[in-house]
Amino acid sequence: MSTSTLTKEEAPQPVKAPVPRKPSTRKRLVPYWLLLPGIIWLVVFFALPLVYQASTSIQTGSLEQGFQVTWHFQTYWDAFTEYWPQFVRSLLYAGTATLLCLLLGYPLAYLIAFKAGRWRNLLLVLVIAPFFTSFLIRTLAWKTILADDSVVVDVLNALHVLDVTSWLGWTEGERVLATPMAVVCGLTYNFLPFMILPLYTSLERIDGRLHEAAQDLYASPATTFRKVTFPLSMPGVVSGTLLTFIPASGDYVNAELLGSTDTKMVGNVIQSQFLRVLDYPTAAALSFILMAIVLVMVTVYIRKAGTEDLV
Amino acid sequence: MGMMRWIRRNLVVIAGLLTLAYMILPNIVVMVFSFNKPNGRFNYSWQRFSLDAWKDPCGVADMCESLSLSLQLAAWATVGALVLGTMIAFALVRYRFRARGAINSLIFLPMAMPEVVMAASLLTLFLNMGIELGFWTVLIAHIMFCLSFVVTAVKARVMSMDPRLEEAARDLYAGPVQTFLRVTLPIAAPGIAAGALLAFALSFDDFIITNFNAGSTVTFPMFVWGSAQRGTPVQINVIGTAMFVLAVLMVVAGQIITNRRKKTATA
Repeated sequence: MSTSTLTKEEAPQPVKAPVPRKPSTRKRLVPYWLLLPGIIWLVVFFALPLVYQASTSIQTGSLEQGFQVTWHFQTYWDAFTEYWPQFVRSLLYAGTATLLCLLLGYPLAYLIAFKAGRWRNLLLVLVIAPFFTSFLIRTLAWKTILADDSVVVDVLNALHVLDVTSWLGWTEGERVLATPMAVVCGLTYNFLPFMILPLYTSLERIDGRLHEAAQDLYASPATTFRKVTFPLSMPGVVSGTLLTFIPASGDYVNAELLGSTDTKMVGNVIQSQFLRVLDYPTAAALSFILMAIVLVMVTVYIRKAGTEDLV
Repeated sequence: MGMMRWIRRNLVVIAGLLTLAYMILPNIVVMVFSFNKPNGRFNYSWQRFSLDAWKDPCGVADMCESLSLSLQLAAWATVGALVLGTMIAFALVRYRFRARGAINSLIFLPMAMPEVVMAASLLTLFLNMGIELGFWTVLIAHIMFCLSFVVTAVKARVMSMDPRLEEAARDLYAGPVQTFLRVTLPIAAPGIAAGALLAFALSFDDFIITNFNAGSTVTFPMFVWGSAQRGTPVQINVIGTAMFVLAVLMVVAGQIITNRRKKTATA
């Protein structure tokens, strides 16, 4: 036992001499040849850029005189102290949108998986089809839906919903557009399919006989859901929430189109620092802080929610 | 009383359909407003019915150019991501080798990173290398972020494939190329098709990464973005509606074809 582990560590080739060397050296290299082009692509255009960004974040200088690496970590602190409200807002908006996506998406995924029957494919098409109208066009449509004199806002006003939301600070007076609620509404809308599809996939895998078994054991529908269906759909819940939260936390399109200057998220700041202000070190530091926050949160979340078959 | 009971019994169905309505509502708005005759530069409030935009969909300066650029980009990005991604997926499922874990995380990470971070870091690479931004930098970026999604889609399909089918082909004296073309590829095809569809849609619709790395090149999403500031032409709604209808028709056609195939297969 111990010798075999030793040889494995020391030499990749089996040491036992009598075994004839198979003509498989070429074959053994097959997976590496298959991987090589794609992995090179990812290393050069995904991993290497992150290294460049790390180096940019510790540079000082200006656009005219050029930037030099001066190990100026102060940029991180300055960026964070200046823009922490945008960070908090991003996490808050993305978190709320994720929760709403779960609450709205679960019934629809459940409906498609268990109750749709022959309508199943049609419903799936209706979930995916909006993808094909550019998401920017659809987000702009929300400007019409949430406009001050729109039916939706009139109804919300008549029901005094906006009084409550204004008191909570989600809306302002009698309007929805250019408030946090509009941004969260847009985020929820844009990332719903990313929640519904994984949920549907994991719900669809559940054996229907488990529901029957639960009923035979006198479990009420609610108990069946709580003890059987929901736990078994956890992989879908976890990947759905991740697929919603991560892109939502870095999004700046919804905040820009549906929000105001008071609803700017960190993505908006990174975007303007990089493309308008041209302060590359600050922009790089901001995007690294965002990445770090997201990675830490995701790691903790995956540990807690504990599913292996994520990828 | 009976009404309340009916609602309670069908709660899931009602809630699900309400969500669906929420998802479809903007598409309906886009469709309706493609028949609007706006008063001024912005097409956000209903004025009166008109077919003008449908009669002249390319009547806006630069819009159809950006559309055709986006279609070309999406097509090439799909081809690139599909070739690279399918190779990786096969390697990961079919072979055991060192560094599998590392490679799996390298593929997972691009999907688990806020887009703006990838966009910004790619821009710093291009700036540092002194590479001119344009079509090629956007294509490189699109292949990069579509790759992971293709790998995941193809992997799922290849994993559920029975390797004995390929062994059987080999036992029947099929060469490696023949086995791949006549057995492996047809079985993996749905996964590859799903990956292709996903890559095309993602590339065509991408705004954030494109916006950072396009320089002065304008893709369709960038055109829409710009028009949101300058004034939105009705033609944007026409294109949006046409894409939606086309997508639904394509899926329905695909459904009919597979249904027919199933019928002929069982008959």
